[in-house]
Amino acid sequence: MSLVLDGLYYTKTHEWLKVEDDIGIIGITDFAQKELQDIVYFGIEETLLGKTLRKNEKFGYVEAVKTASDLYLPVSGEIIEINKEIIDNPVLANQDPYGRGWLIKIKIKDKEELKDLLNSEEYKKHIGE
Amino acid sequence: MKKTPFYEKHLEFNGKIINFFSYLMPISYSSIKEEVLAVRNNCGLFDVSHMGRIEVSGKNYKEFVNYLITNDVFSLKEYQACYACMLYEDGGIVDDLVCYNLPERILLVVNCANVEKDFAHIVKNNKFGCQVKNISDDICQLALQGKGAESFLAKFTDFDLSQINFYYAKTIKILGIPMLVSRTGYTGEDGFELYFESQYAHFVWDGFFEKGKEFNLLPCGLGARDMLRLEMGYCLYGQDIDADKNPLEANLSFVVRFNKDFIGKEALLKIKENGLKRKLCGIKFDGKVIPRRKEKIYDEAKREIGFITSGTFSFTLNYGIALGYLAIDYSQTGNKVYLEGGKIGEIVRLPFYQNGSIKKFKKGV
Repeated sequence: MSLVLDGLYYTKTHEWLKVEDDIGIIGITDFAQKELQDIVYFGIEETLLGKTLRKNEKFGYVEAVKTASDLYLPVSGEIIEINKEIIDNPVLANQDPYGRGWLIKIKIKDKEELKDLLNSEEYKKHIGE
Repeated sequence: MKKTPFYEKHLEFNGKIINFFSYLMPISYSSIKEEVLAVRNNCGLFDVSHMGRIEVSGKNYKEFVNYLITNDVFSLKEYQACYACMLYEDGGIVDDLVCYNLPERILLVVNCANVEKDFAHIVKNNKFGCQVKNISDDICQLALQGKGAESFLAKFTDFDLSQINFYYAKTIKILGIPMLVSRTGYTGEDGFELYFESQYAHFVWDGFFEKGKEFNLLPCGLGARDMLRLEMGYCLYGQDIDADKNPLEANLSFVVRFNKDFIGKEALLKIKENGLKRKLCGIKFDGKVIPRRKEKIYDEAKREIGFITSGTFSFTLNYGIALGYLAIDYSQTGNKVYLEGGKIGEIVRLPFYQNGSIKKFKKGV
């Protein structure tokens, strides 16, 4: 069983989004880290800081021993912070995907877009749990 | 879907199960990194019962196996083993295997995905009328790998394990169960492989882990096994070698004996005479780069010069490593190679990992 937290938004591509006012914190789900297994690094360019990306746009990728996967923005917004700790110590996303393993913070552009995301129940269904 | 006799133990030990050539096998239990480092620093236990085990016996059985494989069966002492290839007439590889010269019979340990193909190939070429038996299901197989393997295993037997040299075997009792114990493996570390009746699988596993707690014995999965073998530059059938590759270009000449007859010899001699077109090379990458299987390899001028057959990020060495075939003119150590996406690698001598505890140079080998 994978951990799915209530109160977060989820994507079908296994990112989670936590909303605090107009700030969004984004990471990969427990299901995703279990599928990826040993994560070796996150490719999230520092040049993204200050840039505004659209919903579903790729903001980076994750390389694990067995496979690699792209990372997509759940909603449109400006990238305001990249988790330095996760760049230096990517295994945090395996150990604590909803906590210290967060990836980026964004300034959400349009909260209407949140409607298109999955809630915890819908995400559980999506991953078959 | 097939299961090994240890399947229930994999579940009990939280193994993450994958479908490996129709076998339900653990890719890892804790994490690949933890398991790789356990084997490099101490000791790990692998269920390798998915491997195929084929026994050849009867009149002229040695002559027959010697005709089937590239290495020389007659050079083996009793209970000695060798690594070898089995070839098609055209020199392509049917499988790579370990061959045990046991009393009155030979045991061939082959790749899981190839058991049926190998068995058919052996039977088809059985002009000697030998008995060929697939005993894969009757016998299970564990690999205990790491420099701590001998002192760990010694807790379960009265036999002096130091008497088993590298690539030798012996039938002894472990936990009171008769086993064929060989000093072999696929990790570059000292260690043993244990062959015994499948009915004792759970008893042995539980016995090991009961004592294993104080010893920090870690169960290890296929993910760690793959990384450990790649760190040593060992070939994996289906990736680095297959029917379209020959042992000479795969750096396996050391197990090809041209002073005897074997299937594929004529083709190999011709290949040798014409000169190799490509060669399997070890490639080291800078920093956090993971080369992936099937990626194309280019030279500085963007000319395609080869392809990756196995790639990973080595947790022992902390850099990306790969095996790949390179056009012979580009295959010299020290050459720079380029992959898509700006990945730059350098051809290096194998093995990537030089500090393995493997006891290759003990007397008698």
